[in-house]
Amino acid sequence: MARIIAGVGTSHTPAIGAAVDNGKSAEPYWAPLFQGYEPAKAWMARTRPDVVIMVYNDHVNAFDFKIVPTFALGCASEFPIADEGWGPRPVPPVQGYPQLAAHLVQSLVLDEFDMTIVNEMQVDHGLTVPMTLLYGTPHAWPCRVIPLAVNVIQYPAPTGHRCYMLGKAIRKAVESWNEDLKVVIFGTGGMSHQIQGPRAGLVNTPFDKAFLDGLSRDPERLVGIQPLEYLRDAGAEAIELVMWLIMRGALGERVEEVHRFYHVPASSTAVGNIILESR
Amino acid sequence: MTEVKQKEEAYEDIPGTWVFDAQRARQGYHLNEFLYSLMKAENRKAFLADEAEYTKRFRMTEAQRQGVLHRDWNRLLELGGVSYALAKLAFTDGKSYQYMASRMTGMTEKEYVEMMLKGGRSPDGWRSKSERQGRA
Ligand SMILES: [Fe+2]
Repeated sequence: MARIIAGVGTSHTPAIGAAVDNGKSAEPYWAPLFQGYEPAKAWMARTRPDVVIMVYNDHVNAFDFKIVPTFALGCASEFPIADEGWGPRPVPPVQGYPQLAAHLVQSLVLDEFDMTIVNEMQVDHGLTVPMTLLYGTPHAWPCRVIPLAVNVIQYPAPTGHRCYMLGKAIRKAVESWNEDLKVVIFGTGGMSHQIQGPRAGLVNTPFDKAFLDGLSRDPERLVGIQPLEYLRDAGAEAIELVMWLIMRGALGERVEEVHRFYHVPASSTAVGNIILESR
Repeated sequence: MTEVKQKEEAYEDIPGTWVFDAQRARQGYHLNEFLYSLMKAENRKAFLADEAEYTKRFRMTEAQRQGVLHRDWNRLLELGGVSYALAKLAFTDGKSYQYMASRMTGMTEKEYVEMMLKGGRSPDGWRSKSERQGRA
């Protein structure tokens, strides 16, 4: 049986990828951030999942506004790296797992989550930056990746409750897959940040810390946070945090927090990282 | 066709922010398609060679076109541009998200980076328009 053994919450700030790609990670601005991710990298090297389910969002790279899917599941065998406007990041292409992805689609749709099936898709910093943060710079990624792209760009994003329930359905789907696999699910984006308008640069550290606490100890409280609260209290782009609730929902009731890191800033973003093992 | 006036959405009370909702996405569709085209290196080159001419390939409004030519970032947000698409225009200019965000706040990039290094902009005074006016 396949099992979701843990969840990783992490920001996916594009400037983090650019810092690595341009050899700036040891500079004073960036060093504390990369040092803060070392324990997570070590955990990943020990854990070595066979499959990563990457809950992230596309930032007008794979999808423009011709079609705006709320939940899109990547079912391809390979996902090329997008050119977001300054050339593609120099990271390996992402290997998918079409057979398992097809199984997820089947299970999720019958569980009333109407996934958009994506058979060709480029992936952007939303997916590649978490890979870089947790795996560093290998020649090939050491796991297969199933991308789950969530619309958090065009308001309204799916609610926290909907995301949490989707996470639960993902757990059920994975557990009904008849192959011994270790699966780690990522929830990415956030934490508090706003990159538009005169209010850009907003950071709400108490909000973020309470969110991390809630993931560990009281996810039901987080599920009730309304879209307007994210926008008002934590910045227009903090709505990305609903993706962390998909991750949390997929871990089952009991979790153990094994790592946490929080850092301001990376460009305009408050960066958070948490690792929760399913118990 | 005249625009139908709807009740104001609650998030319109957030100061300094243009929430990219379905109505704004509708207004900004052709603007965002133009910005999306800048993902391709050859299009970035063609745009920089003759900006006015290149923008004519897209069915933007004249106000949107002027916003693009003048890099009037906040006006472009108001007219339906989404920040992630606008960033492609900044990248085309060899700038970063951080630069674009600083321009939207009216700060220099250096001032903006300073603010972020000090922990970012506090939400206090920025949660609602009435709270903002109380401070101003
Ligand atoms: Fe994002």
